[in-house]
Amino acid sequence: MAVRSTPSRVAYRNARVIDPASGLDAAPSSAGGLLTEGERVAAIGPEIFASGLPEGAQVIDCGGHVLAPGLVDIRVQLREPGEAHKESLKSAGRAAVAGGITSMVGLPNTNPVIDDEAAIEFVARRARQIGLAKCYAYGAATKRAEGKEISEMGLLARAGALAFTDGTKAVANAQVMRRALQYAATFGLMIVQHPEEPSLASGVMNAGELATRLGLAGIPRQAEIILLERDIRLVEMTGGRYHAAHISTSESVEIIRRAKDRGLPVTCDTAPPYFALNELAVNDYRTFAKLSPPLRSEDDREAIVAGLRDGVIDAIASDHAPQDTDSKRLPFAVAEFGGIGLETLLAVTLELVHKGELDLVSALRLVGWGPASLMGLEAGRLKVGAPADLVVFDAERPWRYDAKKSLSKSKNSPFDGRLLQGTVLRTVIDGRTVFHYDA
Amino acid sequence: MSIDDYTHRHLLGIEGLYPHEITALLDRAEGYVAQNRRLDKKTPILAGRTMVNLFFENSTRTRTSFELAGKRLGIDVINMQSAGSSIAKGETLIDTAVTLNAMHLDVLVVRHQDSGAVKLLSDKVNCGVINAGDGQHEHPTQALLDALTIRRRRGHLDGLKVAICGDVLHSRVARSNIHLLTTMGAQVRVIGPRTLIPGGIDSLGVEVFHDMRDGLRGVDIIMMLRLQMERMDANYIPSIREFFHFFGLDQEKLALAKPDALIMHPGPMNRGVEIDSDVADHVERSVIREQVEMGVAVRMAVVEVLARNNVDAQGGK
Repeated sequence: MAVRSTPSRVAYRNARVIDPASGLDAAPSSAGGLLTEGERVAAIGPEIFASGLPEGAQVIDCGGHVLAPGLVDIRVQLREPGEAHKESLKSAGRAAVAGGITSMVGLPNTNPVIDDEAAIEFVARRARQIGLAKCYAYGAATKRAEGKEISEMGLLARAGALAFTDGTKAVANAQVMRRALQYAATFGLMIVQHPEEPSLASGVMNAGELATRLGLAGIPRQAEIILLERDIRLVEMTGGRYHAAHISTSESVEIIRRAKDRGLPVTCDTAPPYFALNELAVNDYRTFAKLSPPLRSEDDREAIVAGLRDGVIDAIASDHAPQDTDSKRLPFAVAEFGGIGLETLLAVTLELVHKGELDLVSALRLVGWGPASLMGLEAGRLKVGAPADLVVFDAERPWRYDAKKSLSKSKNSPFDGRLLQGTVLRTVIDGRTVFHYDA
Repeated sequence: MSIDDYTHRHLLGIEGLYPHEITALLDRAEGYVAQNRRLDKKTPILAGRTMVNLFFENSTRTRTSFELAGKRLGIDVINMQSAGSSIAKGETLIDTAVTLNAMHLDVLVVRHQDSGAVKLLSDKVNCGVINAGDGQHEHPTQALLDALTIRRRRGHLDGLKVAICGDVLHSRVARSNIHLLTTMGAQVRVIGPRTLIPGGIDSLGVEVFHDMRDGLRGVDIIMMLRLQMERMDANYIPSIREFFHFFGLDQEKLALAKPDALIMHPGPMNRGVEIDSDVADHVERSVIREQVEMGVAVRMAVVEVLARNNVDAQGGK
């Protein structure tokens, strides 16, 4: 058991300090950097150490690498309670901090479903005990996430639920969705949708030529498009705050763009597989690439990249979905959906920077300040007085992801074996180093 | 073409095979056709070797055909049906593979209801694996026996116009035949209602028709597919009556094909659903019984070559 003492003062120097919230991107210098005091940020700036380092401070030389706010991951399946053989709050916490993530928001599709106050409090309490990445929870939008009766959103929010979703299931019934949006708006709460019309989504991979070749039932892109279009109409009708999770098609980007242009309270996120992979990853029946929504065409992948570049997509979330070997070493049609993603969220996002699709500040905004502000979290930014949740990473250092060595209990990554560039060196939560790169 | 041209350890599908590999298997099978018509049908060239038929889906004709093929080569054949076995008790596919592998098989014949399941199993065993049908993916020995049937009647495959009709969406037979026939230079058409033609099939090199009359015009070969009755519940077609009216093969539609066009069906047939009885039993043109005969010969060739290649793979054990 690690000693959980927080050093009183830590001086981070010789760092390229980036704060996407304010647009700060300061070159490394020995006179400047960031100072934490206890659990909070005490000072940031290019001259804060100009007249010497504060007395008694622990000094961390960041080696000229990036110092940024810790990542905020708003779509994680924690599997605890109920499926601790796949993941626990502790194993997810370890994997998260190894990936530079300091805050994550868990989906409610645990067993039991997170649809009452006690369950919300359980997650928060366990996460505090573990002391790794901060864990927040979504409340189920409907009771038992069955899509029939809206949940006690007001009470759940008071207990700490950040927003409401049925997790990996869509709120499919239009009347239920209408009421959920209306009722949530009463308290200024947000509904997060898994945008997939279930009656069209009985397949197992993207519909099209490859599905035909493999003899697998396809999920047409229209399953996503239709539900998004419908939901936008319901947002128009109700004025409810709506967020579409993990969008995957080019049309989805256009639908969200048009909704935003019309001033509707609509946002969206995507996940690394949808901008880094396409459906060819499932060739040879690779069940680790069986995701929900399914990996789409190369044109879709490019459209998602463009959506990230021009700001239509507000956030990138890992969509971490741990599955044990027994759920994945099966014929493709019966294998479970989902891939793990906590450890690769930063590095796969940085691919966009290395390819020149995004600048580094924008990329970090998409995995930090962007999602944090959607959830109303005091995270994802560097601010004097704010919690010292930080990541130090070498944006250039290459590594090969070996999912077998994942700190997650499950190893089902669609990025297994991928050569990545960008290595987390240190992760700090509330002023305390919780992960340190061991070369 | 010599049988040595087929160098693969398994036969998991037709997709990806080269014309000379397909020809090698067909040439070898040709020899077995004659043998199977003799009084003494056995050449025990594989005596002492072992083959298991592992069927996760019910099948009578394919399993019997493989069993007969094995026995005529002198290989010891064991049949395993999933019902009543440990598979039905919840053993996973991988566990089944590992268990069978420990028994030192030479050839494993597998049918499974899920696409890709046979490939998954083949990754875990040392013996040669024959895909006897996986989900909606492939059924390679069916395509080979169809090709042998056509070749014996027409002398060649290239340049022939072949129509594959009916439930293409759910048919592994259709996929394997499309791969084989296009590889061998035939012109393939698929015919069916839009609900039963899978998206993107044209990229497999076929022409798509939704009007059976248009599709059958001038074809040399008509391959009918079996319509699975349970498709009705999922709204793929409104009724058998309507399906037969538009997509069933009867004398009238048959008249649009070439006068000597052959009629094929992988069986078992639904008479009056996809094919009219007097067409199915057409003396000169229906080759449906011949297909069954070719099945044994083709499977003998495949079992033989995989048993041989397996010796090589195991360093001549």
